[in-house]
Amino acid sequence: MLKISNLTKRFGGLAAVNNVSVEFPANQVNAIIGPNGAGKSTFFNLVAGAMPPSEGKIEYQGMDITGMAPDRIARLGVARTFQTTMLFDQSTVLDNLIVGHRLRTQSRLWDVIINSKRLRDEEKKCRSRAAEVLDFVGLSHIGHRYIADISQEERKRVAFALAMATDPELVLLDEPAGGINPEETENLADLIRKMVKHGITVCLIEHKMDMIMSLADKIMVLDHGEKIAEGTPEQIKNDPVVIEAYLGSEQDVEA
Amino acid sequence: MDRLMNFLVSPVLKWALLVLAVVFPLISDNEYHIYVMATAFIWAIAVYGMNIITGYCGQLNLAHGGFFAIGAYVVAILTVDHEWAFWPAFIAAGLAGAIFGFLVGVVSLRLKEHYFAIFTLCVGFIIYLLLEKWEELTHGSLGIINIAPPEGFGLVDFTETVPFYYLVLAFLVLSVWLVSRLSRSLLGRTFLAIRISDDLAQSLGINLMRNKVLAFVLSTVYAASAGALYAGVVRFIGPAEADVVHTFDMITYLLVGGIGTLMGPLLGTLAITWLTQMLQSLEEYRMIIFGPMLVILVIFFPRGIVGGFLTWRGRRLANKASQQGQDGKSQTTVNTPSTPNADKQEAGNNA
Amino acid sequence: MDLFLQQVLNGLTLGSIYGLIALGLTLVYGILHVPNFAHGALYMVGAYVAYFTMVDLGLNYWLAMIAAGAVVAFLSVLCERLVFHPLRHAPPIHDKIAAIGILLFLEAVVQMYWGADFRRMPTPYNEILHFGGLTIPAQRLLIIAGAFGLMGALHLYLKKTMTGATIIAMAQNREGAFLVGIDANRVAMMTFAIAGMLAAVGATLFAPINLVYPAMGHLLIMKAFVIIILGGMGSIPGAIVGGLIIGFAEALGGFYISNEYKDVIAFALLVVILSVKPTGLFTKGVR
Ligand SMILES: Nc1ncnc2c1ncn2[C@@H]1O[C@H](COP(=O)(O)OP(=O)(O)O)[C@@H](O)[C@H]1O
Ligand SMILES: [Mg+2]
Repeated sequence: MLKISNLTKRFGGLAAVNNVSVEFPANQVNAIIGPNGAGKSTFFNLVAGAMPPSEGKIEYQGMDITGMAPDRIARLGVARTFQTTMLFDQSTVLDNLIVGHRLRTQSRLWDVIINSKRLRDEEKKCRSRAAEVLDFVGLSHIGHRYIADISQEERKRVAFALAMATDPELVLLDEPAGGINPEETENLADLIRKMVKHGITVCLIEHKMDMIMSLADKIMVLDHGEKIAEGTPEQIKNDPVVIEAYLGSEQDVEA
Repeated sequence: MDRLMNFLVSPVLKWALLVLAVVFPLISDNEYHIYVMATAFIWAIAVYGMNIITGYCGQLNLAHGGFFAIGAYVVAILTVDHEWAFWPAFIAAGLAGAIFGFLVGVVSLRLKEHYFAIFTLCVGFIIYLLLEKWEELTHGSLGIINIAPPEGFGLVDFTETVPFYYLVLAFLVLSVWLVSRLSRSLLGRTFLAIRISDDLAQSLGINLMRNKVLAFVLSTVYAASAGALYAGVVRFIGPAEADVVHTFDMITYLLVGGIGTLMGPLLGTLAITWLTQMLQSLEEYRMIIFGPMLVILVIFFPRGIVGGFLTWRGRRLANKASQQGQDGKSQTTVNTPSTPNADKQEAGNNA
Repeated sequence: MDLFLQQVLNGLTLGSIYGLIALGLTLVYGILHVPNFAHGALYMVGAYVAYFTMVDLGLNYWLAMIAAGAVVAFLSVLCERLVFHPLRHAPPIHDKIAAIGILLFLEAVVQMYWGADFRRMPTPYNEILHFGGLTIPAQRLLIIAGAFGLMGALHLYLKKTMTGATIIAMAQNREGAFLVGIDANRVAMMTFAIAGMLAAVGATLFAPINLVYPAMGHLLIMKAFVIIILGGMGSIPGAIVGGLIIGFAEALGGFYISNEYKDVIAFALLVVILSVKPTGLFTKGVR
């Protein structure tokens, strides 16, 4: 699904991502873990095209997407959520989601001026897609609520739904469980499993080890921008390098 | 109270306003008031343009007054120095707005947030300097007099206040109509996504440059057309037209009315214009009031008059709906864009 | 040759004033990430306070400078507390609009008291010095010495005192600074005070060879923005070097190319720079 070769990103002197090569197979949960500042978000930014890599190659479904513009990559089926959830507070949940399907539509200014059939059809399509994804994340009942009035966990779900509205095949989730309680985290994990069941490949950055260990099929560990390990949760849990660099300080490894 | 609020945000308001605007010259026997109203409408058109790029798309354009001046100068130069008639010059002004807007937009919109605001501030100033110093073209600081008024083709005389008033009203209605269509459309939603965040918009497959440039060019065409109408009514313009103070005035109108809302630009412009008229003696010092007002607005009421109502009402509708939803065991299907809450939806769109 | 040296001197005078104003602007930007459009208005208020102290109160030049520095520093802190602090979590467009509100207010207040006329501020240093073929008005020397003296003092303050060090730390890394428990409020207030003081002293130095009027800050603030974009938003040496570059460019360009259009030089430079490199000249990283 995603094949990364010798990927490097430098900010001035700092190599935020350093010579990382890895492959993420389709239709499973691929997790990326590592301490703060390890370069995880930067890695996502590179894959999504939000910034160009300094070196290396990114292949998505066999296609070289290195240096491609982020909107084009999104149209190829790569969606993402951000570490800080960005939504439009002064608008309803449903209204926030409608634009998610925009990339699958064609309408231009002229369609707006003459209110063309194409525009009306496409708006209908976007609206029903928004309703679908809202249902998918289990929030149908709050579609008309204002974003400012919903809970943190609901916001995360809306962000998932927005990503889903783009009809993605690969979804990059950056710390989706940040700032929400354990029970909600469990529900979010179920939602991620559901995404995979629907044929979506997930890449996930997360700090919550118990969530990762139960959810991930494959884990890559980053430290100071470098890949220090990859493998199944079992392998990672017992990898001495990982334990020393990262897990060693975490209480919940065994959880 | 509730009725009043509902009325204020319902589509009825727009029709009521339109009817009021149409009968205004009939009930007002003061020609000066009609003139003030007509110029306020012209500014409102420009503010609608600003709302597209700044309100919907989230990019603070501080060169807006400069584009207004470009429109005015195109009409002035073409009608005075090249003896064009007004209407061809008017179209040329709109085109000039589009072309300069495109050129400036392509360079400036690659810049983020602060850089964009600072850059456009400088662009506005360059426009001002050029208008003042390029004497062969612009008559320099003397300005240009005897600009041709819009021709009425023997039917009406637009040098008279009342016909001109209706002419401007027609342009205003056209402007509002286009923005209203835009703001409700997928394109408007695309602009809004950019306002939330460039990164988010891109991750949703939105081509940033294409959409931002489109919004920018639309806004400069609005500004230049408004400037062209302005030249046609005052018939005398100078470089002061490009003074950044006009841009600041328009920001004030926009913020008071409600940034990113449909009726905000009009209501804000009218409110401030008439307020200034009432405090005539204050004209020169109006900023003593408007300056702090801007600050208070962004701190406490960042969404202005219209935005405040919309939020208030949208919340109420949402609460009501969720109560009903609980009563009726969550029958609220989400894809009911239709009848009962039609204006709630508009609240969302306008937001 | 002498003519050339004369222009160099003019460039140095301009550049040192530009540097002072840009320094305040860049400090504030570094700490709060606010492009303070009101900074030029603070400069203008500084000039009027000095004018008032000298002409209306009859006090001497140096007292006027101190008064201007103190009043504007206070005003600047007031802006931080009343306006920018409450807006620190607001969308970026809000603090810019608020800064414009402050600017409009200050200009209107000054205009109400003093009118819109141009005023000339007196200076006790009217001598013209001669070095070889160069004529140097004493006030220009004072400007250069004063500006560089202040920059030196600021450098010592930032390097040698605790508050100074925290200002630098915060400018470099806001999140990190919060983590190690810096009193962000104190630092922000201190930064605004310094910025205001620099603007007011700069105004008092520059006003005698220029004119005092309510819109005097407009052009200057725009040039200061060009300078800090040139030098990297938030960079202190960048502001000084950028100030000198623009100062020299204007003096030489105004003399050798066109005096009419010398004010365009800075902006043309900006347009060229940002067209080529959208994040400014000396910026590291991506944004
Ligand atoms: N746009 C940027 N410009 C400069 N440095 C950056 C940028 N983005 C991230 N960095 C740096 O790269 C390193 C990795 O950051 P990040 O990828 O956000 O880490 P993580 O997500 O693993 O916590 C950090 O040291 C961060 O400061
Ligand atoms: Mg991160």
